[in-house]
Amino acid sequence: MWMLEIPPFVPFFLCGFLAAITRGKLRAVIMLAIPVLSGIHLWMMPEGEFLHFNFLGFELMPYRVDKLSLMFGYVFHIAALMAIIYSLHVRDTVQQVASVLYAGSALGAVFAGDLLTLFIFWELLAFTSVFLVFARRSDRAYAAGMRYLIIQVLSGVILLAGAIFYAGSEGTLLFDYIGLNGVAGWLIFIAFGIKCAFPFFHNWLTDAYPEATVTGTVFLSAFTTKVAVYSFARAYPGTDLLIYIGATMACFPIFFAVIENDLRRVLAYSLINQVGFMVVGIGIGTALAINGAVSHAFNDIIFKGLLFMSMGAVLYMTGRINGSDLGGLYKTMPKTTILCIVGAASISAFPLFSGFVSKSMVMSAALETNHDWVWLMLLFASAGVFHHAGIKIPYFAFFAHDSGIRASDPPLNMTLAMTMAAALCVAIGVYPAALYSLLPFDTGYNPYDATHVLAQTQLLFFSALAFVWLNLMKLYPPELPSTNLDVEWTYRRAFPWVWSKIVLISSTVYQLVARDLLSKIGKGFNYLARKNDDRLSGLLSRDHPAGSMVLWVVVILAAYLILSLFH
Amino acid sequence: MLNHLPILQVIVPLLAAPICLFLQKPKIVWLFACVATALTFLISVLLLQQVNVSGTLVYELGGWEAPWGIEYRIDDLNALLLLIISSISAVVMWAGHISLSKELNADRHLYFYVLYLLSLAGMLGIVATGDAFNVFVFLEVSSLSAYALIALGRDRRALWASYKYLIMGTIGATFILIGIGLMYQMTGTLNMHDLATRLPEVSQTRTVFVSFAFIVVGVCLKLALFPLHLWLPNAYAFAPSLVTALLAATSTKVAIYLLIRFTFSIYGLSFSFTTLPLNVLFLVLGVLGVFVASVAAIYKRNTKRLFAYSSVAQVGYMIIGFSVGTAAGLSASLIHIFNHALMKGAIFLALGAVVYRVGSVNLSQINGLGREMPYTMAAIVIGGLSLIGVPLTVGFISKWYLIVALLENGWWPVALLVLLGSLLAVIYVWKVVESAYFKPADSDREPVKEAPLGFLIPVWVLVIANVYFGLDTRLSVGVAQAAAAGLFGVTP
Repeated sequence: MWMLEIPPFVPFFLCGFLAAITRGKLRAVIMLAIPVLSGIHLWMMPEGEFLHFNFLGFELMPYRVDKLSLMFGYVFHIAALMAIIYSLHVRDTVQQVASVLYAGSALGAVFAGDLLTLFIFWELLAFTSVFLVFARRSDRAYAAGMRYLIIQVLSGVILLAGAIFYAGSEGTLLFDYIGLNGVAGWLIFIAFGIKCAFPFFHNWLTDAYPEATVTGTVFLSAFTTKVAVYSFARAYPGTDLLIYIGATMACFPIFFAVIENDLRRVLAYSLINQVGFMVVGIGIGTALAINGAVSHAFNDIIFKGLLFMSMGAVLYMTGRINGSDLGGLYKTMPKTTILCIVGAASISAFPLFSGFVSKSMVMSAALETNHDWVWLMLLFASAGVFHHAGIKIPYFAFFAHDSGIRASDPPLNMTLAMTMAAALCVAIGVYPAALYSLLPFDTGYNPYDATHVLAQTQLLFFSALAFVWLNLMKLYPPELPSTNLDVEWTYRRAFPWVWSKIVLISSTVYQLVARDLLSKIGKGFNYLARKNDDRLSGLLSRDHPAGSMVLWVVVILAAYLILSLFH
Repeated sequence: MLNHLPILQVIVPLLAAPICLFLQKPKIVWLFACVATALTFLISVLLLQQVNVSGTLVYELGGWEAPWGIEYRIDDLNALLLLIISSISAVVMWAGHISLSKELNADRHLYFYVLYLLSLAGMLGIVATGDAFNVFVFLEVSSLSAYALIALGRDRRALWASYKYLIMGTIGATFILIGIGLMYQMTGTLNMHDLATRLPEVSQTRTVFVSFAFIVVGVCLKLALFPLHLWLPNAYAFAPSLVTALLAATSTKVAIYLLIRFTFSIYGLSFSFTTLPLNVLFLVLGVLGVFVASVAAIYKRNTKRLFAYSSVAQVGYMIIGFSVGTAAGLSASLIHIFNHALMKGAIFLALGAVVYRVGSVNLSQINGLGREMPYTMAAIVIGGLSLIGVPLTVGFISKWYLIVALLENGWWPVALLVLLGSLLAVIYVWKVVESAYFKPADSDREPVKEAPLGFLIPVWVLVIANVYFGLDTRLSVGVAQAAAAGLFGVTP
């Protein structure tokens, strides 16, 4: 029996510490070894609840192992290992330390058995991951990182508020089914929703991810939203509202993804779209649907990672990422092209690729529970995914018009990481039983029956046809260098504008009321005292003259006295 | 000997002050002051222990019985405050000689120690005494020495800041005196305990209302409640670093103690909170204070000023807890008093280390210091995290109890505002972190070394206390809850 009760975040944090004080080869070895060892350790770990603490009269349980948390624990280890291999060539201490700590925080969050521990890791996720954006070291990245950080921290604060309310009403902090009851339920729901990139809360994702470093985005795509998906699966399974939110999330990013030029931003939109499928699954809440959501999260981490890695490779080798600047790269980057196509096939849910075995579960569950409209929306979303992620990404990057760039395939470590991910995509697609055995519920589901395969193949076929036809007719939205602002317009344009106006107006009012009134009163007093020294009053008007302070004293005292008259 | 602890608590620093004048040599005076403050701290620990064991201590000065003579009365609340004041002043004093060597001419060191001890004695006296007029006397002792301490600052604006503080502080003290005078006129007594029993008979008279109004406004001036806080930022910003650390950690706390003592023990809860809408007024001013001061802090370029504004915001939290008017709310305030003393003590002392090496605490001068002074900046970061209320620090404990108290009362919109306020703290703390760690050092600033060990030790003692009391809350929460329960038990 395995007796060491070490939560998985401990080795990762230790790794972060070691990576900070070592250099070169040694650091590479440590960073590779820790996820592997930690993964083996987790594999041996029996289910159960470990490490109990008491804090402020509440029971804390920072290490809870069950099927749901294990599933995410495994895939986070896989994702961390792949991303670390992918980033082995990087020589940037800040980035490497932050990425390992970030992965550790995600693991801490999924094994957290109480809301307080969850909150701590929730905030750590934000603070560690933002360095992956800052590490790009450009002003744009810095600004995007700050916006990202503020929204993420806000989510954490709302979570904390919800946790406190929850503790107040339920008398416990244990993190289990919560449901939309009362203020606590809603606050926690919103906090999760922000991290899950719900519509109108999603901009931090499409804003910050494409601004992160080549390797940073690979890490980012794996953890933050999936932790939120896990939290929803834990606390809100079967909440109807999630079905509709999820269906919206699956559909709306498609339109933005089609007109977007930055290919990594296209992937960020498609990330929201994929998370939408998971959210729908959690909302439906049947055993099959939850299985579908969780396994889709598992697969999405791998194939989305693969796609981000391949686009990262393009950016790394060519220095460009806009669809309008790229094209024709297949000639010199054949390996990347093939690996990217594997990822594209997986995300589009081609039979025999990993996306197919999990996405079809969610859709079957929607049909089984008579959510026909939702099923149709998901069908539309599947077509859309194929369109923008399955075809657009590889087409504009590697084919389309020849941009004249002759970049070679990326370094060995990057290719290796991508190959690993691609192999997993195919393996899970061909032999889904391995994945299914890890799922929280046993439903005996088989994805490879005639209806599923036929429906999906038809869908893909017609979707491809539409792309070809639109392209031939020159109706397809051309790739234009531009910045598309959606909801973030409110805080990148509208809020600053309103804020500056408020400041302007209030300072004018202050000038008018306080300054003028005060100076008049002051002059009056001065006149009475026959002591009008201009130099002194000039000196006084710098920041807060004692006179105005005393005025406040008088105001407050008068207020008190008047109140006591009327009591 | 143990029987005389309450008076020794005040007498030791009070007598140590003139003795300093005989010692002359700066280093020897410093050592002497260290011993005196350490002794004071020891006495406060013993006092707390005694109060825990045998309940409220009453000490009659010169053997004169209470309503005629002056009595010192130490209960949980007093003992907690005495502990906070004496511990911070003792720790800050360790850094004294090193810090002063850069900030003050050698011939003035002596006066610094004298004033420091006098100010300390005054604050301890305010807390220890059970006599309303004695409060005023000690208030003047501590304030006058504080004005002089602030005026010792190198920057010439220190004089101006000190002058403004003098004006405002004197108005505050005068108001308090007027209030005490009016109470005396109505009851014929100055003993707090006696006042508490006699005031209810005359509580419906206008004179008592007026006396209450004067005392509350006077105390609010001293505790820098928004909008009466305007004297504070400059006074903190231009005072010598040690003075800032001492005053930020202790002086507003003493004023809050007075507010609690007057409203809860003397006038009584029913008079203060039901006859007058004091709680509504304080709630509004507290919340406004949190937001206005936090936003102001965000725009400050001088970190001392920045954290001074943050102090005003933190006072807002204490006042919010106070305005809840329940034992839970009051204990949340008291916990925050304890915790805030640790945070601000650590931060301002660490800023003192920055002044020692760099000579200035403008954000532009702090650029790149994360690498040059790693331990000092790490201390500021941990203090800042505590200020925000991150778990595992004392700030989290404060926020937790405050929010629980607000929720118990059903004031959840206020609870949300409190959390929003901590987001503002994230922003202003981030500005310091950003400068220290993410910006390259200015080319016109000489590279500097880490602060000397004599500075780092006291800073890190406070930082470790920030973390320790964030995990082990028995002392802070235990005493604060006992004190709050005591106040609610005494009042009808």
